[in-house]
Amino acid sequence: MTQAVFGANSRRQSKYVARVAASPDARVATSAMIASLDAEGRETVSAPFGQALIDLAAKRNDIVGLSADLSKYTDMHVFAEKHPDRFYQMGMAEQLLISAAAGLAKEGFTPFATTYAVFASRRAYDFIAMAIAEENLPVKIVCALPGLTTGYGPSHQATEDIAIFRGLPNMTIIDPCDAEDVYQATHAIADHNGPVYMRLLRGKVPNVLGGYGYKFKLGKAQLIHDGDDVLFISSGFMTMRTIDAAKALAKDGVSAAVLHVPTIKPLDLETIAAQAQRKGRLVITAENHTIMGGLGEAVGAGLMRQGVFVPFKSIALPDEFLDAGALPTLHDQYGISVGGIVNSVKSWL
Amino acid sequence: MAELLSPKAGNNVSLERRAWQIRRNALLMGEVQGQGYIGQALGVADVLAVSYFHAMTYRAEDPEWEGRDRFLLSIGHYAIALYAALIEAGILPEDEIETYGMDESRMPMSGMASYTPGMEITGGSLGQGLGIAVGVALGLKRKDNPAFVYNLLSDGELGEGSTWEAVMSAVQWKLDNLIAIVDFNDQQADGKSTDALAFGDEGAKWAAFGWFAQTVDGNDIHAVKEAFDKARADTSARPRVIICNTKMCKGVPFLEERDKTHFIRVEADEWAKALAHLDHEVPA
Repeated sequence: MTQAVFGANSRRQSKYVARVAASPDARVATSAMIASLDAEGRETVSAPFGQALIDLAAKRNDIVGLSADLSKYTDMHVFAEKHPDRFYQMGMAEQLLISAAAGLAKEGFTPFATTYAVFASRRAYDFIAMAIAEENLPVKIVCALPGLTTGYGPSHQATEDIAIFRGLPNMTIIDPCDAEDVYQATHAIADHNGPVYMRLLRGKVPNVLGGYGYKFKLGKAQLIHDGDDVLFISSGFMTMRTIDAAKALAKDGVSAAVLHVPTIKPLDLETIAAQAQRKGRLVITAENHTIMGGLGEAVGAGLMRQGVFVPFKSIALPDEFLDAGALPTLHDQYGISVGGIVNSVKSWL
Repeated sequence: MAELLSPKAGNNVSLERRAWQIRRNALLMGEVQGQGYIGQALGVADVLAVSYFHAMTYRAEDPEWEGRDRFLLSIGHYAIALYAALIEAGILPEDEIETYGMDESRMPMSGMASYTPGMEITGGSLGQGLGIAVGVALGLKRKDNPAFVYNLLSDGELGEGSTWEAVMSAVQWKLDNLIAIVDFNDQQADGKSTDALAFGDEGAKWAAFGWFAQTVDGNDIHAVKEAFDKARADTSARPRVIICNTKMCKGVPFLEERDKTHFIRVEADEWAKALAHLDHEVPA
């Protein structure tokens, strides 16, 4: 009988060992798959992607939406309700979703196709490569459950999606941080004449960056706040975390800057190198993605190619199939919670 | 009838002659490279003749004319056959035959949209064409454009599961502007297609999915023409498929007799022999 090999960071035990339930007040349930990142006591916006699409559609007749039986879980449903004539339910068929979106793009439309990140990156990859990217068609692939944003285990955790898409020519990759980022990025990618893969935060999405005077610009990294000891270079919701980690570190006398990099490809190496070159700072990338082939490796290799050699660390998910469970537990376990980030930074300073 | 504006075109040329010319162009290209998917090209020539010289509307001098019928070649390796038809249609110039498969040619070995006028999609990764055709058909309907979308698939391509996603979707969306053409020659890379997967009765299968399905002898031009006419004239709100049973290497008997013909080996001296055979009987 074979035994699954658990990752070094796994808490799993043999499936043949019986478990005992925790006492009722100590139980942490696996969050629902549709759970959003709203459990942090912040101001939230509901369905920023769907709302952006509605606003776009009011101005542009070429905007159409498609989903592979996941409109409700990608916030596409609000667009579908508003514009039923512009929404295509393609069924549970991701390869068709992508190729049909390519066909619509060939006829002059700007299709937004949604599914989960695992299905786009793993199942439909060849279709995205050949039907869309090779012809540089303006299809926008917008995917929920990026990285570790569900406790359902590897079937739903797209921990390597960025690594997969980074190697694809013509593909632009967006990893937005919050509701405002999602809303603005949706408009920006609609205006971009080429294929885009965007990681989606859905449901009630926190609003964080608005308070920093932030505006999304395609292909641009942006300094959220400055600091002297540490430079965080982060993308996606990890920028929320690095902002909070910077606040926590400040209490211990550590001054941390946060550079938000919502566009993973093309990477804004100019801004990244300019920031990294500043003397006396430990550069730390932080991403909701495996350590293999994501933001950290893109930044590290990019800096070296530019002749910038600096103290460099990465916070990322391990190169493992991740455990199932409750998200807060898993984020702590894999070191991408605020506490996890703070602990890592302190161990490195 | 096809709208043909190229000088070499003319509506008084028989479909048999068109098919003959397509076969000839393909053999000339094969001779240039000394290899090629010539078996498929010879087998599908009659179907392409009917497509480009009977069924489809297009403008040779403006291959991207908005009103054109779209012809999507999923099976990229059939490019040699489509180039041969595009040359005969006046979309590609005849004097580029000698560039086939050469560096910087507009006619690479596998068909790609960005290389060749008249090549609508980048094929080659089988199982994508019909899905793209669904999207194109949906797009045409959004624009109230009455053009048809044709997608030429191979039997082997029916092994790709994604084809069947598209088969279901086309029925769901009532795509009566979509005509799938299956070139059933029962040859794939490793041998007979029907030795690899249980294809069964393909006509019955597509019909069961809700398509208007016809199965014809794909080398009987009259039968193919009739099937295309019925497919276009059908008034039901459903997609159409024509399964064309064809013979690999049709028209060159000494090649027809060979066993494995997917990437048929043709000796250097056999190209001239094959052309001579074709030229021996030129259709009116």
